Amino acid sequence: MTDFTNSQIIDFIYAEARMLDEGRYDEWLALWLEDGHYWMPLDYQQDDPHLTTSLMYEDMFMLKLRVRRLNGARTYSQKPKSRCSHVIQRPFIDLLDNTAGLYQTNTSMHYVETRLDDQILLALTATHDLKRVDGKLRIANKRVDLLNCDAAFGNIQLLP
Amino acid sequence: MTVTKADNQARADAAYIAQLIQPHQVHRDVYTSQTVFDLEMQHLFANVWVFVGHDSQTPKHGDYFTTQIGTQPVIQVRHSDGQIKVLHNRCPHKGTKIAIDRTGNTGTFFRCPYHAWSFETDGALKAVPLDRGYENTGFRTTANAGGIKPVGAVHTHRGFVFARLAETGISFDDFFQDSLSSLDNMVDRSPEGRLEIAGPPLRYMHKCNWKMLVENQTDTCHPMVAHQSSAGTAVRIWEELGNPEPKPAAMQIIAPFMSPYEFFEDMGIRTWPNGHGHTGVSHSIHSDYSAIPGYFESMSAAYGEARAKDILDENRHNTIYFPNIMVKGPIQQLRNFIPLGPDKTLVESYIYRLVGAPDELLARTAMYNRMINAPTSIVGHDDLEMYERAQEGLLSDGLEWVNLQRLFPGTAEDFSTETVENGTTERQMRNQFDAWKTFMTTSMPDRKDGRR
Repeated sequence: MTDFTNSQIIDFIYAEARMLDEGRYDEWLALWLEDGHYWMPLDYQQDDPHLTTSLMYEDMFMLKLRVRRLNGARTYSQKPKSRCSHVIQRPFIDLLDNTAGLYQTNTSMHYVETRLDDQILLALTATHDLKRVDGKLRIANKRVDLLNCDAAFGNIQLLP
Repeated sequence: MTVTKADNQARADAAYIAQLIQPHQVHRDVYTSQTVFDLEMQHLFANVWVFVGHDSQTPKHGDYFTTQIGTQPVIQVRHSDGQIKVLHNRCPHKGTKIAIDRTGNTGTFFRCPYHAWSFETDGALKAVPLDRGYENTGFRTTANAGGIKPVGAVHTHRGFVFARLAETGISFDDFFQDSLSSLDNMVDRSPEGRLEIAGPPLRYMHKCNWKMLVENQTDTCHPMVAHQSSAGTAVRIWEELGNPEPKPAAMQIIAPFMSPYEFFEDMGIRTWPNGHGHTGVSHSIHSDYSAIPGYFESMSAAYGEARAKDILDENRHNTIYFPNIMVKGPIQQLRNFIPLGPDKTLVESYIYRLVGAPDELLARTAMYNRMINAPTSIVGHDDLEMYERAQEGLLSDGLEWVNLQRLFPGTAEDFSTETVENGTTERQMRNQFDAWKTFMTTSMPDRKDGRR
């Protein structure tokens, strides 16, 4: 049984952000558990992903579709491609339970996405639910709360 | 009779507007010109019935909701008599917006935060602090002393609130006529005949003209092209997984966008007078969603089996209520295309709960909204890309006209009666521009048809 330290969990969060910035989506998808969801609420402090609208609430099928589409020959909104950068603050570790193999982190980030002459900056807090499976950390769920979730946005095409 | 400078300007405006619309094409100025946009705000959005909100957004006395009609800020508020009022969101004193939150409750009266003038919830002036300062000033004879000005007219149809800014003009029923059948079908899908707002709308900013979005709602030749990257990829991933059943949710929602041209040709387009119309007369991309246990039973209990079946067999795709909303009856969605400038449009996408129906229906509606209408939607991304490329492309002087000729009969069409045609026709877009020309010039002198 592997016991994870604070530092290993923090490294995991940093590594995940780097995969997104570098577009290493196959590696990124491999971090996820099959029944995980990526949730980005639409409303401030929203507590339900099902019966009101969210910006995203995506299962593995949708996430695979989303990242596969990015490289398609006829993905017109990605010609030219977008680029992104996460600047992340040291994650808080809100749960570290090596007995159960469950972990939760809370991470503030600044997310920049750019394409052609446009660039957007989003401030966000990511909450990761992590699980130990076969001695490795995996993402069970991820919630991304945009500070201005209720603002009007243009396209947000990559993954904040 | 004296002819004023304003009359001459209005005649010039009317002549200019008339030149922009031909039976089979429109001049690119309708999308790019600040002058045309200003005339739209002054005339079109004043002369017609424009969507404001839903009455469940303001259920109790003093509940308000702020929005805009064209570029004009308004407040929808529940008055003490239970009626919905729509007021110009501007203090009659200095112009300060009375309400700034998107939703709230003002109690029994509005109070301007600048100088504490107070108003009843129908806008009537209640009190002005230190009002002896207005004695013998003539203030009481001004329009400003009347309070917060209401819009010209308000009508609520089965919970949906519409307003006409102009005090006189076409009546609600004459404007919408039988097109209200789409809103009716959406509401009838509730066993209690009632909808309720379900959370805040998605808000998606578009750097393009508002009419491009409206036209795209009945453009049935774009889904399999512009959305190949999302819908086509969804189908490929599903096949790679070995065609699992039941289909993943994304497949039910997104894959129908890849239906062949014949599917869209056969589904039909219906047009009504005054620019209204809908796709999906016989069937639509919403026809094959899986049944939700218990729903048909509760509909049958409410309406009887035959009537319940009639209601649910109507699977209209997108209904345009001219000028600027689209309704999806089968999944209880409304998209409001709010014009902010010739090249700037805010799209707000609302969802509604069918009161008395199982939650699974609302869950699917919320899913559709985020998958298709969000600024984070892989489907929305490709639509916005097309609109913005068109907005930029139209600046080219190479050609000045935008073509609307698919299934055009060759001579000018009559839009005064309801028709059903091939589902890939651009007739509904032509219908919108015919209504656009009518209501742009209704309040300009010397219309060609003699109406004022």
